[in-house]
Amino acid sequence: MSLTTALARLLIFPGLLFAVPAAWFFLWVERKAVALMQGRIGPPFMQPFYDFIKLLGKDVPVREGIGGLLMKAWPLLAVSSAAGAVALLPVLPAQGGFQGDLILLLALLEVPSMCIIAAGFSSRSIFGEIGSAREAVLSVSYNIVFLLAILSIAVSQHTFRLEALAGLPATPLRWLGVAALLACLPAKLHINPFSLPNAEQEIYAGPMTEYAGHELAMWELAHGLEWVAATGLVATLAAPRFALWWLAALAFVALSFAVVLLLAVLASATARLAIDTTVRFYWHCTLIFAVLAISSALIMRFRS
Amino acid sequence: MKLWKRLMCTCRRRSPWLFHMNSGSCNGCDIEFVAALTPRYDAEQLGVLLQGSPRHADILCVTGPVTRKAADAIKTVYAQAPGPKAVVAIGSCPATTNVFIESRTLEGPLGRHIPVDVFVPGCPPRPDAILQGVAKAAAILAERADHPPAAAPVIKPDAVEVQR
Ligand code: SF4
Repeated sequence: MSLTTALARLLIFPGLLFAVPAAWFFLWVERKAVALMQGRIGPPFMQPFYDFIKLLGKDVPVREGIGGLLMKAWPLLAVSSAAGAVALLPVLPAQGGFQGDLILLLALLEVPSMCIIAAGFSSRSIFGEIGSAREAVLSVSYNIVFLLAILSIAVSQHTFRLEALAGLPATPLRWLGVAALLACLPAKLHINPFSLPNAEQEIYAGPMTEYAGHELAMWELAHGLEWVAATGLVATLAAPRFALWWLAALAFVALSFAVVLLLAVLASATARLAIDTTVRFYWHCTLIFAVLAISSALIMRFRS
Repeated sequence: MKLWKRLMCTCRRRSPWLFHMNSGSCNGCDIEFVAALTPRYDAEQLGVLLQGSPRHADILCVTGPVTRKAADAIKTVYAQAPGPKAVVAIGSCPATTNVFIESRTLEGPLGRHIPVDVFVPGCPPRPDAILQGVAKAAAILAERADHPPAAAPVIKPDAVEVQR
């Protein structure tokens, strides 16, 4: 892959130029879907865009020293890694380079949540620290399932390239893995019933309590980009293959949209769980599921 | 530049985020305020979101007649909200201290401590009235230049001082 195509992917499609409006669109779809299910009209189409621009125009409290610098750095790091994760999704066919590298994608998807943990602790707010501690506990419990699910898919199909995976026919094991991934997404995206870290009102705003203005805008953007990347990952694994590239891109967008709707339904139908219930859910139910998947993947691999 | 300013104006008007502050109210106004945010009134149509942290808020919604304990807290929270910001006083209490008027535990009304932009009268006001007040505050917010001087309180503190 030449430098120009790599840059085009990072900056245009499926990178920033596509991903930022897509992030706003997904945030709107989620809020609108919740509103419709509650029998109201809900926010206007441009709402996430309005929120973002408004936040850019607000003052930011002055913070001094290394803590202040760190607090500025975390949201930027979160946005850039989430954008990088989106750019790695193999929507268009390509060869070589980092395109579709599953391990890099997983690492980049993990960075925003680490940034949230670090941000809460560097803000020195008691609510931020509680939120960060919750986020850390949550990410330890769902990440094992998340990684095992992806590992089982990769092991059973003998490749760590997302593109090659997307090209292969789906096996029953792959569906099992996709289901495990879907079970992790609400925790990864901090939506109900696992909206513990930011738990609005309950612990003020969790790790974001001390953030204001354009830094908060960056967090919102990072959250939206995480939506695009995480739903895009599921869509890539679940999408049927088409020879025509535009048909493939269409299937990708439609499937991501379906995943967003599914998550919105879940979010509006449930209430926030306590942290111990959440952790127990991931360790008891989903871990068994994921261990089953990876052990059968290994057995299949050695038998073939 | 002008275009950016106009865009910013629209965005501020269309996205008011609220922070709710109770300064010793009888809870009547708080119940109505929460009712205004329920699906029945659908405040999200106006872009309204209730925020957990004053750092995220554009509009502070204050209820209650400002007790002695609450006076300092209100000033702190007002300072914590990043500008540009607006204040909506909900109910008759923050405007005039209402039925608590002669109480010795009060330091009200609200206008003595922070600048108030919109008063929503009523004891308690209806949710529709609260939403109207919020929409009005959002419009005021949109018209404000980037770093406004603190708005003058609409009711002068002396005007409501009672002879004890
Ligand atoms: S205005 Fe009336 S309802 Fe509201 S806090 Fe005061 S006394 Fe209570």
